[in-house]
Amino acid sequence: MIPIDLIQSTAETLMDKAAIEIPQDYLDGLKAAAKVEDGDLSSFVLQAMLENYKAAKEDRRAMCGDTGTPRWYVKMGNETQIEGGPIALETALRRATANATNGVPLRPNRVHPLWRTDHDNNVGIGAPEIEYGYEPGGEWIDLITVHKGGLFGTDYRMLFPSDGIQGIKRFYLDSLVAFGKRGLACQPAIIGIGLGGCKDTCMVLGKRAACLRTVGSKNSDPRIAELEDEFKELGNSIGMGAMGFVGKSMVVDCNIEVGYCHTGGMQMSVHAFCLSSRRAVARVFPDGRVEHRTDPDWFTDYQRRETVDWPPMAEAAE
Amino acid sequence: MSKPREIRLSTTPTPEALADLRLGDVVYLDGLMYTAREGVYMRALEDKANIPMELPRDSAANFHCSPAARINPDGSFEMGAVTATASFRFEKWLPEWMDKSGAKLIVGKGGMNSKTYKEHFVPRGAIYLSTVGYGTGALLGRGVENVEAVHWNEELGIAQAMWVLRCNKMGPFIVASDNQGNCLFERENEKIAANLAKAYEGTKPAVLKRYGETDDRSDEVIG
Repeated sequence: MIPIDLIQSTAETLMDKAAIEIPQDYLDGLKAAAKVEDGDLSSFVLQAMLENYKAAKEDRRAMCGDTGTPRWYVKMGNETQIEGGPIALETALRRATANATNGVPLRPNRVHPLWRTDHDNNVGIGAPEIEYGYEPGGEWIDLITVHKGGLFGTDYRMLFPSDGIQGIKRFYLDSLVAFGKRGLACQPAIIGIGLGGCKDTCMVLGKRAACLRTVGSKNSDPRIAELEDEFKELGNSIGMGAMGFVGKSMVVDCNIEVGYCHTGGMQMSVHAFCLSSRRAVARVFPDGRVEHRTDPDWFTDYQRRETVDWPPMAEAAE
Repeated sequence: MSKPREIRLSTTPTPEALADLRLGDVVYLDGLMYTAREGVYMRALEDKANIPMELPRDSAANFHCSPAARINPDGSFEMGAVTATASFRFEKWLPEWMDKSGAKLIVGKGGMNSKTYKEHFVPRGAIYLSTVGYGTGALLGRGVENVEAVHWNEELGIAQAMWVLRCNKMGPFIVASDNQGNCLFERENEKIAANLAKAYEGTKPAVLKRYGETDDRSDEVIG
C-alpha cells in the first residue's frame, strides 16, 4: 500500500522541479542546436535561454513566467494499491497542484472558459487533467507532471491515405511555419506528431509524443524512427530559428506516435512543446522509496501493444 | 556572426533615446513598469475605472505580462518568473490606451504588424519591445528589484491584475519596431519566405481542403 501523504508531498516536489529545472535531455539538445546556429539574432536568443535555465536553478524560480497548464500522467503496475484508492489519489494531485501554484510560485493560468473565474491555484473544472496508464507487474506508481505552455503551435488535420507521406510533410511544414513566425510556438521545441487513432486519440498521441518522450528517443518501429530523423532535419531546413528569426534551429527533436485508425483516414496532429520543456517524474514504492527522473518512459512495448493478448513471456522478462 | 548592440533605457524614455533605437537592438530597462493586458484594458477603457497610477509620470512602459507570483497573507509579494504574453490580441485597445496612459514602450511577445506601428505607434512616438526566447522568465525576474504595488487584484485576479515593477537592468528585450514603423518580425519573415519553396519541394496540398485555406506562405496567422 502506498501512503497517500507520500504521494502528495512527492507531487508537490515534482511541480517545483518541472517549473524550475530544465530536463537534461532537452538542455543537451538545445546546446547542440546553439552550437550550429549561425543566425545573429537566433544565436543571441539561444544563448539567453541557456543563461535563463541557469538563473532559474540558481534562484529556484520558474524558468518562464507562463508556467503553462499543469497536468498529471499517472502510471501504475498491475499490483499497485494506493491508500484511500483512486479518489484519494486524485484529491492529492489536485491539492499538490494548488499548493505548488502558491508555493513556487507558478502563474495561476487556469480560468473558466466563459466566466474567466480564477481560483488562483490552477485547479478547476477538469483541471488539472489526470490521465492513466498501466504496466504488467509492479506495485509502484509513476507520477509524471507536465506543464505544457503555449496557446500556439498545435494543430489537427484529417488527411487520407492518398495524401501519403508528402501530404504529412506538407501539414507538418505548414504547422511549423505558420506558428513559428514571430516565435509564437516558442521554438526550438520538441515536436510531437500523432498519426491515426480517432480525432481525440490522434491529439492525445501527438501531445504525448511531444511531452512524454525525451530528446534522442526513437519510436520502436524502425521505419517510423527513420521518419522522425527525416522530419527533424526537414524542420531545421526551413531557414527559421528561435523567435521566428532567420536561423536553422526549429526542432530539437521530432517524436512520432501512431494508433490504428479508420481504414479511410489518416488523422494527423502536430504539437510543439516549448523552450521550457517542463516535465518531472517520480516513481513511488510501497516501502516509501521515491526515485526521481526526467524521462517519463511512457511509451513502453505494453503501451504500444499491437494485438489482442499481451504475451506472459514479456511480463516475465520485466 | 555579429553581436547585437546593448542599450540601457529608462521606462520614462526621452524622445531622443527612443529615436536612437534600431531594430534588433537589445534593451535593458530601468525604472517602473506596469503590467496591463485585456483585464486592465477592459476595466480602464470600457468600464471607465480610474487608473490607479499617475501615468505617464511614473511609467511609460506597458508590459503585456502575467507574472508567476503570489500575494502573501501579510500583503507582501513573492515574484518568481516574469514573461510576456502575445500582444496581437490586445491591439484593439492599444490606441486608446496609449492616448490615456501616455505609454511610449509597449513590451510583450511577438509584436504587432507594421501597419499598426505606422498608424498608431509612430504618431504617438511609441516603440515595441519584445521579450526574448520565449521566455527568459528567470532572467527577467532577476531584473525586478521590487514589486511596488498590485492594483485591481480583487477584481481581476493575479494573472490579470496591474503589477507595478521596479526594474533594475531588467532584460533582455529586443527592439521590434522603430520610429519609422518598421517591423523586425516582418523583416525576418521576408528573408525566410525566400527559402520556403525549397523546404516545401515535393510535398503536396491536402486532398480535402478547408474553408479559408491559404497556400500563401508569406501570410501570417496574427492579423
